[in-house]
Amino acid sequence: MRNISKSFAGVPALNNVDFNVRSGEIHALLGANGAGKSTLMKILSGAYEADEGIIEMAGTSYSFRSPADSKDAGIHCVYQEVDTSLVPHLSVTENIFLDRLATSKTKAWLTWGKLHEEAEAVLSRIGLTVSPRALIRDLTLSEKQLVLIARLLAEEAKFVILDEPTAPLSLEETDKLFGIMKGLKEAGIGVIFISHRLPEVFRICDRITVMRDGGRVLTERTEDMDATGVVQAMLGRSFEEEFPKLPAAIGEPVLTVKGLESGRRVRGVDLEVRRGEIVAVVGLVGAGKTELSRVLFGADPADRGTISIKGQPVRLDSPSDAVQAGIALIPEERRKEGILVRESVLHNLSLPILKSISRLGFLSGTAERHFANTQIVGLGIKTPTVSQLTAYLSGGNQQKVAIGKWLGTDTEVYLFDEPTKGVDVGAKRDIFQIIGKLAQQGKGILYLTCEFAEALGLADRILIMCDGVIVKSFARGEATQEDLLYYASAGREVLA
Amino acid sequence: MKNHLLPFTFKYGALIFIGLVILFFSMRNEYFFTYSNLTDILRSISIVTFVAIGVSISLMVDGFDLSVGATVSLSTVLTATLMVWYEMPLVVVLIVPIAVGAVVGLLNALLIVKIRIPDLLATLAVMYIVNGIHKTYTKGYSIYNNMPLPDGTTAPGVMDKGFLWIGQGKLLGVPFPVILMLLAVIAAHVFFKYTRWGRQMIMTGGNEEAARLSGLKVKRVRTLAYVASGIFASIGGILFASRIGSGQIDAGAPMLMESVAAVFVGYSVFAAGRPNIIGTFFGAVLMGVLVNGLTMMNVDYYRTDIIKGSVLVLALAVTFIHLNRRKT
Repeated sequence: MRNISKSFAGVPALNNVDFNVRSGEIHALLGANGAGKSTLMKILSGAYEADEGIIEMAGTSYSFRSPADSKDAGIHCVYQEVDTSLVPHLSVTENIFLDRLATSKTKAWLTWGKLHEEAEAVLSRIGLTVSPRALIRDLTLSEKQLVLIARLLAEEAKFVILDEPTAPLSLEETDKLFGIMKGLKEAGIGVIFISHRLPEVFRICDRITVMRDGGRVLTERTEDMDATGVVQAMLGRSFEEEFPKLPAAIGEPVLTVKGLESGRRVRGVDLEVRRGEIVAVVGLVGAGKTELSRVLFGADPADRGTISIKGQPVRLDSPSDAVQAGIALIPEERRKEGILVRESVLHNLSLPILKSISRLGFLSGTAERHFANTQIVGLGIKTPTVSQLTAYLSGGNQQKVAIGKWLGTDTEVYLFDEPTKGVDVGAKRDIFQIIGKLAQQGKGILYLTCEFAEALGLADRILIMCDGVIVKSFARGEATQEDLLYYASAGREVLA
Repeated sequence: MKNHLLPFTFKYGALIFIGLVILFFSMRNEYFFTYSNLTDILRSISIVTFVAIGVSISLMVDGFDLSVGATVSLSTVLTATLMVWYEMPLVVVLIVPIAVGAVVGLLNALLIVKIRIPDLLATLAVMYIVNGIHKTYTKGYSIYNNMPLPDGTTAPGVMDKGFLWIGQGKLLGVPFPVILMLLAVIAAHVFFKYTRWGRQMIMTGGNEEAARLSGLKVKRVRTLAYVASGIFASIGGILFASRIGSGQIDAGAPMLMESVAAVFVGYSVFAAGRPNIIGTFFGAVLMGVLVNGLTMMNVDYYRTDIIKGSVLVLALAVTFIHLNRRKT
């Protein structure tokens, strides 16, 4: 791939990127969130079209307009969410040959016996011992992943992209996957391996490419690199963002969490947030931060553990209980969960306080507009009128609406889940200011983020989450970005 | 100028269209635009409007209630039998069917909100059950004054005079069901625009997860919406019995399509693109005007369905072309 550029709605995502993979090598593609890895791989697999640049294979240049084009050329991708690429109620065989069945490469008459045999042969190559007749929905996650790999073997892939394949796997399953990756390599297939876990990268990869801010920083042989060098390359040196940190008096604990467990992603979390304190929970994508915030807000059920507000244990069966208890969540999926995009700024802001602005069930239009105008002025929400639909606001202003709606409630603890995602630099500063002011008012803030710089700039205490548990805690000023990334990616393996 | 004309057309297109249809019929038939015919039209749509308000409420929370037609049927025969078979006082005659309508709504809500069956499937199943119940209850007979009973005797009761007045009487020269309909339209509109519960329903329908994460008790809100839908359908059934003066089997069957059509035509009124009470009312008016006018022009009743369907398609096409264009 040479000189690849791509921008979305005028915002450049990739800028003149060169990238090459050899047959029969495992090549790691690394970078912080938003560095442009996924965009680059989506261009390679045909999901996006590049604005500029060329893709060459064995001297011939290609232009991929659709995933089908790049599959024809022998490039296959196994996405992180395996369930999106498999049909759960069909058999393993049918899923392995899905691409073939979807096109006219098979005969119209399907000989199932023969297909099952072929599938069996492919499965044995990667050492997967499930029946080809088994249904996908009965398989485990790692088995599903292997079925996807079997599919690309059946398609005689030349290049394979594995997008964070190890994130959901256990150590044992990871070992098995690495064995298969070596097998692919020996079969002369070029493997592109995307991972956040550096130890894995050093264990299995031949070469490493690091990306940052839509550009390629370096490509080196693995032997010539060490973990510190890679981390430095990923984070860059020019990371100088201003964080307005307002002084706040820290008081008694408002939120205490003990032994909280929920599903596979929250596996025993203890934490405490005091009045006026900003506690950041950092971790990579998939560490369980969003899940943690949802459990704390009663949006998902907790399997075990206690949550206390001001020392009183509370039972949170629904978000409505959490709001009653004094907890507010500003969720990560702003446009889906934080605000209602087809409703006005006015109606969004007043949603949690409908009760207090109504008498005998009738809403007071004056009180509602007064509250909305107070928030619009106080938070600096840029909107032409209160009746503007929130869909037409910028990301930062939408986020301010998602925050502002809670300011009329008796909230003691604010949970922010990636509040600066998709927010421009100016609005980010505003949001940091707002959070700082809330802390000054004696609120407890739990700030969940994968942006380490924000955690360092903003938080009084930083907790590092990895695989559903808090693995490390730092006080303000104790840690560097390198420390955070180190514990966030290595997690338990380091502690063990 | 062009920039202003297009949104204007989308916003008021439906109302202009209704105006043009009325103008067209008025010119074709001098009797059409008379007080008695216009009140006739309003009276003919009053029952459908009640049912359609119920359907609007279920759509408002992003659900759908297909069981309203069956609920109308059940409520109609129930109302009639309470008088003809059991000679109940008027209060009971009015309250019991409404309570039964609420129970049907609760059943829908149980299936949809608690057990999480998709709304269309759940209310379709309930539609079957309720249809079956109302036929089993009457053993397949329509209910009328002093009807013969299966055991050879005649039923003791007749339809109450006061009750019949609800559907047939006039107040200050206006048919009483029209007054009831207008009151219901205004009340429902006020409910959605000015009350907390109405706002909660709209927000739940707008995005259930976002509403839940704002602390709304969305399950309760959706349950109430289905109960309201059942109640409005049962009021429709009561009015039907009162209007006809008997309890007809399967009276509500055509009501489902009629009311759904009114609601969806209502989507295009003021280019709302979502269920709204005023729109629903105008949708019902348009359908009523079409039936009335076409009948006067001696168009066969089975052809009017083709025209009604086409108008519905037109309204939906205009609305959604407009909405999809606005999105991009």
